[in-house]
Amino acid sequence: MKYQVVIGLEVHTQLTTNTKIFCGCSTRFGAEPNSQTCPVCLGFPGALPVLNKQVVENAILAGLATNCSITQRNVFARKNYFYPDLPKGYQISQFDLPICQHGHLDIEVDGETKRIGITRIHMEEDAGKLVHADIPGVDDSCVDLNRACTPLLEIVSEPDMRSPDEAIAYLKKLHQIVMYLGICDGNLEEGSFRCDANVSLMPVGSTVFGTRAELKNINSFKFIKQAIEYEIERQAEILDDGGKVIQETRLFDPNTGTTRSMRGKEEAHDYRYFPDPDLVPVLIPDQWIEDVRATLPELPEAKRARYVAELGLPEYDAEVLVSSRELAAYYEETVALFPQAKTVSNWVMGEVSRALNEDNNRSITDCPVTPPLLADLLKLMEKGTISGKIAKTVFDEMYKTGKAPEKIVEEKGLVQVSDTGAIEAMVDEVLKNNPAQVEQYRGGKETVFGFFVGQVMRASKGKANPALVNELLLKKLQS
Amino acid sequence: MKITRSEVEHVARLARLELTDSELDTFTGQMDGILAYVEKLNALDTEGIVPTSHAVPMENAFRPDQPAESIGVEAALANAPLRAESFFRVPKVIE
Amino acid sequence: MEIYDLTIHELHEKLKAKEVSSVEATRAMLERIEAVDGQVNAYITVTPEQALVEAEAADKRIAAGDVAPLTGIPVGLKDIFITKGIRTTCGSRILENFVPPYDGTAVAKLKEQGAVIVGKLNQDEFAMGSSNESSYFGPVKNPWNLECTPGGSSGGSAAAIAARTATATLGTDTGGSIRQPASHCSCVGLKPTYGRVSRYGVIAYASSLDQVGPLTRDVTDAALLLGAVAGYDPKDSTSVNTPVPDYVAGLQAGVKGLKIGLPKQYFIEGLDPDVKRAMDEAIALYKSLGAELREVSLPHTEYAVATYYLIATAEASSNLARYDGVRFGHRAEDVRGLKEMFAKTRAEGFGSEVKRRIMLGTYALSSGYYDAYYVKAQKVRTLIMQDFLNAFNEVDVLLTPIAPTPPFKIGEKLADPLQMYLSDIFTIPVNLAGTCGISIPAGFSADGLPIGLQLIGKPFGEAAILSTAYAFEKETQWHLKKAPL
Repeated sequence: MKYQVVIGLEVHTQLTTNTKIFCGCSTRFGAEPNSQTCPVCLGFPGALPVLNKQVVENAILAGLATNCSITQRNVFARKNYFYPDLPKGYQISQFDLPICQHGHLDIEVDGETKRIGITRIHMEEDAGKLVHADIPGVDDSCVDLNRACTPLLEIVSEPDMRSPDEAIAYLKKLHQIVMYLGICDGNLEEGSFRCDANVSLMPVGSTVFGTRAELKNINSFKFIKQAIEYEIERQAEILDDGGKVIQETRLFDPNTGTTRSMRGKEEAHDYRYFPDPDLVPVLIPDQWIEDVRATLPELPEAKRARYVAELGLPEYDAEVLVSSRELAAYYEETVALFPQAKTVSNWVMGEVSRALNEDNNRSITDCPVTPPLLADLLKLMEKGTISGKIAKTVFDEMYKTGKAPEKIVEEKGLVQVSDTGAIEAMVDEVLKNNPAQVEQYRGGKETVFGFFVGQVMRASKGKANPALVNELLLKKLQS
Repeated sequence: MKITRSEVEHVARLARLELTDSELDTFTGQMDGILAYVEKLNALDTEGIVPTSHAVPMENAFRPDQPAESIGVEAALANAPLRAESFFRVPKVIE
Repeated sequence: MEIYDLTIHELHEKLKAKEVSSVEATRAMLERIEAVDGQVNAYITVTPEQALVEAEAADKRIAAGDVAPLTGIPVGLKDIFITKGIRTTCGSRILENFVPPYDGTAVAKLKEQGAVIVGKLNQDEFAMGSSNESSYFGPVKNPWNLECTPGGSSGGSAAAIAARTATATLGTDTGGSIRQPASHCSCVGLKPTYGRVSRYGVIAYASSLDQVGPLTRDVTDAALLLGAVAGYDPKDSTSVNTPVPDYVAGLQAGVKGLKIGLPKQYFIEGLDPDVKRAMDEAIALYKSLGAELREVSLPHTEYAVATYYLIATAEASSNLARYDGVRFGHRAEDVRGLKEMFAKTRAEGFGSEVKRRIMLGTYALSSGYYDAYYVKAQKVRTLIMQDFLNAFNEVDVLLTPIAPTPPFKIGEKLADPLQMYLSDIFTIPVNLAGTCGISIPAGFSADGLPIGLQLIGKPFGEAAILSTAYAFEKETQWHLKKAPL
């Protein structure tokens, strides 16, 4: 490949506030069309916007988490254009004074760390949706304004990425951070985390960027990769043929994995930005920034490092456990009650994750086996009340019923048998009933030992203390 | 001339106003006159002057993140020129 | 004296004394409208059924002893005020059939007091005009001379006071739209400080300039009505959280020792001689009452009209983008595609003055011109504000004419929009500076046409201009003269 790709990303994250950015309507997804509307978000004459304070706090959080400086005097501007899903004929956004600027994120690709610059983060309102509804006899377009006026943060990166993998790594990192901050539900399919990619090519070794295309409508990490890869191919072909790439907006088509020009459908824009006279400046004094900083959760990077350094977890475990804030919280809560970091890690990554996966990818926050219950189970195991094997059986029962482990162990009579006399009787019985295998063992075929263990465990219905069984079997067979 | 007829046409497109030929002529003349009049502002040196958006100093007007009642689908659509079920209905974008 | 001739405070006393009921007062007003509005065209929509229901409710309140200053008083609203369930047109074809689903804050406050809304008043389309000739619903005639305009844009609100077809009305003032028609119709009109009255539920023309205010028969009524609608509103980010004084209680303050400034740029050659005479008489009167009058300078006055027409039209071009035929209002028929729907709808729905201002504002904001026009105008606005702040370091109140001439003839200035714009030179600076001003009757021309006097106050100095106006009114009879209708 004789071209170097240059990628910059613009991400729109929908904030999980209770209400819209400029009115009190709900931001819930999936309601009846136009049911979550009022004069303000419908753009009715005479209605006026009032800024949701939570949006500002969320924007500050996002800025702090991405190492941005926070702009202390913010102004909202109107971006003027006509479209049926834009009720006022302008979008309230920020233009020359965005709330966050000059940040960065570090990503890791192929074991190498790379810093990606963040140009700006600004607050704005979303548009509604222009859809083709499946209504008999209606061939027109239909407008649903439930989404209109929903708060967005637009996060714009520097053109610092040099491969689709770097773009994916940046996006995943950003996605993880906004989820950690609890400011975005991260749902790509519902459009809560949308990405536009600016892609250009330049000859390898060059420092002068080529003409870029802006790719829109990409709503999964997989598609981002596809769209960028397609775009690299397309632009390389043009350049190879001695042609020129045109600066334009291109729509990604997930069905074909290709992008197509939107040229001709949009005339050259002149958005006529100017300060919105209906809103007043947002002044953010240092104290406010510090108050928000105090609420900043531990971010995945710091958490992972702490798990390794303080809890002694392997890198792999740490990485998996911090993948979501909820999973990490579950883990930490359990470790607080049962301070054996690696054992808990094994269980969370093992049984807990397996059960949730099998249960339709249920969320960790809904796990019927709560951290206190899991800790109780692990304590029973540690005390020797039940064996590790029985513990897994008990876990499954806990998951199904939500009952406490002690109760299940008691109800089902799963207490581990550590009574030497009882186990000795079972061992004797097994040896008596299997003379041929005893002969084999004594003849040197030591692998038969496992067979005896299995038989004794079966006779005890799994409750015999495995250590005791081993000890007694060895003693009897060697005598 | 401060503004040409073709600039006026461009502005009309931006403003989504379909103007007749005679309106275009009239507006070109009138806008030209008005723009010539506002030229007088250039007589003032405004270097270093802070632009005023609001005459009365104001800042930080917020709303708490608390839900208010929506007006309901029927009230939202009651004035719609054309609707389909719970949607506003509009002509298709012609490419 | 007929019921419809009474002021708010006079009718209030009669209602309280049960000499007259609100239903009687409302009926009298509705009959008066029926009788004379055909000549004046002050009303776009009259709401008799609703008014009588509200009047009955008011009478119940009065019977129960729960009487606010506006309880049972028949009022009219400029059709720019959003009224739940009552058609609100803003004088435009594009909103000809728009019935809002909510009440604006000022309207809600009037309703809380138990005021009776008799109808919606004619105005220039989207408040763009100084003569009420741009209304889709036809021009309003000046009750003092039916061949003249009542001024604008709150022409219907002023004409209804003069025609005695409302006890009081609300208007809006962006560049003089309350004060100038008040002057032309010989009534009292007050434009409060920006942020004093909520703009929520007032159809926007130029958001940084628009302000709601009363038009009334006398100064006391203006104080009452302003007190009723003023105050902080969490629904309007630009409303200011400053206590509302008791304006009526402050009326008696007097003018002894008051420093009144006469801005020299407002007393120019070319001022109509009748207007000049009225100003001279007013100045003499204030002197005789013990006020100190002195000349002050507002050096950037001559730039105000240019500044205003850039800022107001830029904001308007954006504020009026919502009239696109999608959610409410007029929509063009037989269109091919969306773009044509937008362009035809707006072409059919807006009149020529509105189109002209949208065009001018769009141009002022467009790429390559933004700094030269819009930002430049905002900077000059700063200079104009500074002029007023400097003047108010020297004096308490400014006294000026409202308009360079008495009311002009309908059609006289239509062909030359710039000449029409220039007639607002004495009112526009107050909006740019965001401060308050009041127009009060100050005499008549040789032809019997009203002449108004403007008093301009410091920001949130409404009490001072009201008491200054009251002192004048007590000594003059102009406000008692009735239009020949």
